[in-house]
Amino acid sequence: MRTSTSAAAILLTLALAFVACLGDARLTVERRAGEVVAMRTLAAQLGLTDLALFTEARYTRHPSQADLHSAFQDHPLALEHFPSGSLIVPHHEILDRETTAPD
Amino acid sequence: MKSWIEKQRHLIDFTLSSLLRRRGRNLGLLVVYSLLVFVLASAMLYSHALRREAAVILEGAPEVVLQRLVAGRHDLIPPGYIDKIGQMRGVQDIRGRLWGYYYDSVVKANYTFMVPADGSVAKGALVVGPALARQRGLEANTGVSFRAYSGELRSFIIADVLPQASEIASADLILINEDDFRAFFNYPAGHYTDVALTVANAKEVRNVANKLSKLLPDSRPILREEMQRTYASLFDWREGIMLALLSAAILAFAILAWEKASGLSADEKREIGILKAIGWETGDVIRMKLWEGGLISLTAFLLGFVAAYVHVFKFGAPLFAPVLKGWAVLYPRFDLVPVIDGLQVATLFFFTVFPYMAAVLVPIWRAAVTDPDAVMRS
Amino acid sequence: MIELRDVKKAFNQGQHNEVWALSGISLGIEAKRVTALRGPSGSGKTTLLTLIGCLARPTSGRVTLHGRDISGLPERFLTEIRRKTFGFVFQQFNLVKGLSAIENVMLPAYPTGRPHRELAQRAEALLERLRLAHRRDARAEWLSGGEQQRVAIARALINDPEVLVADEPTANLDTALAKEFMAILESFGAEGRTVILTSHDPLVTESAVVGRLVDMRDGLLVEHHE
Ligand SMILES: Nc1ncnc2c1ncn2[C@@H]1O[C@H](COP(=O)(O)OP(=O)(O)OP(=O)(O)O)[C@@H](O)[C@H]1O
Ligand SMILES: [Mg+2]
Repeated sequence: MRTSTSAAAILLTLALAFVACLGDARLTVERRAGEVVAMRTLAAQLGLTDLALFTEARYTRHPSQADLHSAFQDHPLALEHFPSGSLIVPHHEILDRETTAPD
Repeated sequence: MKSWIEKQRHLIDFTLSSLLRRRGRNLGLLVVYSLLVFVLASAMLYSHALRREAAVILEGAPEVVLQRLVAGRHDLIPPGYIDKIGQMRGVQDIRGRLWGYYYDSVVKANYTFMVPADGSVAKGALVVGPALARQRGLEANTGVSFRAYSGELRSFIIADVLPQASEIASADLILINEDDFRAFFNYPAGHYTDVALTVANAKEVRNVANKLSKLLPDSRPILREEMQRTYASLFDWREGIMLALLSAAILAFAILAWEKASGLSADEKREIGILKAIGWETGDVIRMKLWEGGLISLTAFLLGFVAAYVHVFKFGAPLFAPVLKGWAVLYPRFDLVPVIDGLQVATLFFFTVFPYMAAVLVPIWRAAVTDPDAVMRS
Repeated sequence: MIELRDVKKAFNQGQHNEVWALSGISLGIEAKRVTALRGPSGSGKTTLLTLIGCLARPTSGRVTLHGRDISGLPERFLTEIRRKTFGFVFQQFNLVKGLSAIENVMLPAYPTGRPHRELAQRAEALLERLRLAHRRDARAEWLSGGEQQRVAIARALINDPEVLVADEPTANLDTALAKEFMAILESFGAEGRTVILTSHDPLVTESAVVGRLVDMRDGLLVEHHE
């Protein structure tokens, strides 16, 4: 077999796999639509404000509700000691507002 | 047309034969390249899907959450605040919320205690999140006891376990009756953790928030919009971290690709000379190299992307788990709902395929415009 | 069929290392004959071949092919003429390493877009004729000097050119192989192909196969042996 034929076959297989991924994504979204609705309902009922991704510290469990400087509340120069804290940035909006109101 | 296709196939045949000459090296390059696409695509798919989950949850979040601060720390809402806010115009609904954290020394994990507003949990009962239930071996109608803040052990009956499908948001939740909550934490009567507000006119939210900070200067309103933005930036940041971790890999790849592509060896230059002398046009040489770059980068892209999809959505992204889990004892188990964003895929494609094509093409361009008679004197 | 009129070629013109490789050559090359260029090293034989074979353009003067002036054509057209009209056998043979003998033979035909099957058949027939069929899948670097040369000849013939151009074809061969090459040349003459070659090897220049001998020195023609 010519090398170009083998290459075309390999590429075609990969392209089909790629299309299969897109198809799988679409099907999964349809199949799990119910779960999404259930989660949305639960979140609205309980008034949830955060994902439960990191449970080790208050400001990682509820980053949107945390005190502005809670990551450093023990001391302004305290080093971050929860690894997940390094994944979270304070957001600018709140930092900007700090200048007008005590926070 | 037919001869055009045949010609391209000849060029592909040739370029593949050339690649197969240095089989180990080129396969190595392909593997590293695919790996790079794999990690980038995994990070992209993962963070995008997480962001979508956050968006779903935050759709139902309170429009405004009002916290009170004492000396820079989150403090309880004293009695009277809720009435004061109730008199404000534009506020449709006010609800004092009760929630807090509890450290369970048995499994060394943090829980989030929460009182549902609809009073759906009976006295003496608890509804627990799925990760917590797993960790403590709890199921409906079993008993559990926690040491209350007064020091004594308090027993509860598990009324229900929250559905696994909601685990990403409810992993560590314990839903509890209001009276039990106040008794358990010695929570002063009439106080609340924070206040959730519903605003009548969605456009007025920011106005209401400004009025709130004037009315209650020691308070901090958090808008739903801001929560949403927290999550958007959180995952952007995480992608950033991934990129930082990856920059070493990207650099290594860049060096490899550059070395392979731009360090045109004397042999390769001679080869181009031969091709030109025996009747190949400069354009044919460049087309042949375009095929080389295109085939390698397309293969690497498809391979990396498909592997990333399977990794993230079929196997639950095991490679990212250590980063996510951090030090937590309780971590959610969740199957992300796949989200594939065309623009993101296109961006990834552009940033992985284009540089390689350029690295392959630029030096060839220079070599291919040399005079064909040079080959007569080698 | 090929006419050169007062052709001059300079390298590095205008620079301190300017070299005039050809300083005014007028020459007609007849079709269907074997023409040999002879001369000492540095006399400009290779340079003249590159001009005839459309590998390079003269600094001044005209080169015409079938009456058409090709000295001023842009590279694209030169390439096309080169591919259709000329087949080259280089002094170092210049096979592409890592490719098999048959792939090397087919190489000049790739840009023409002729069907693969047809090409492969023609390449096999050529290798057969040069008694190399058994080495068709051997990589170029595994071939002996004589085998390499025969692959180079087969490669030069794949596009069925009118003119075969060979630069010092026997320089890397021993006497037996050189004689074999002359035998192959003879068969081309019988086929009515035009052959232009350079050589200092008496075995070539004195051979009866060579229909015309052109002597060169210092970039000029010395005299014509008819
Ligand atoms: N690319 C070049 N740049 C500079 N000078 C060149 C170049 N090519 C050839 N020359 C010079 O032009 C002259 C003629 O060279 P050419 O290769 O045509 O000679 P030749 O007759 O083929 O010699 P030989 O028998 O050694 O192959 C030589 O002096 C050579 O140094
Ligand atoms: Mg020479």
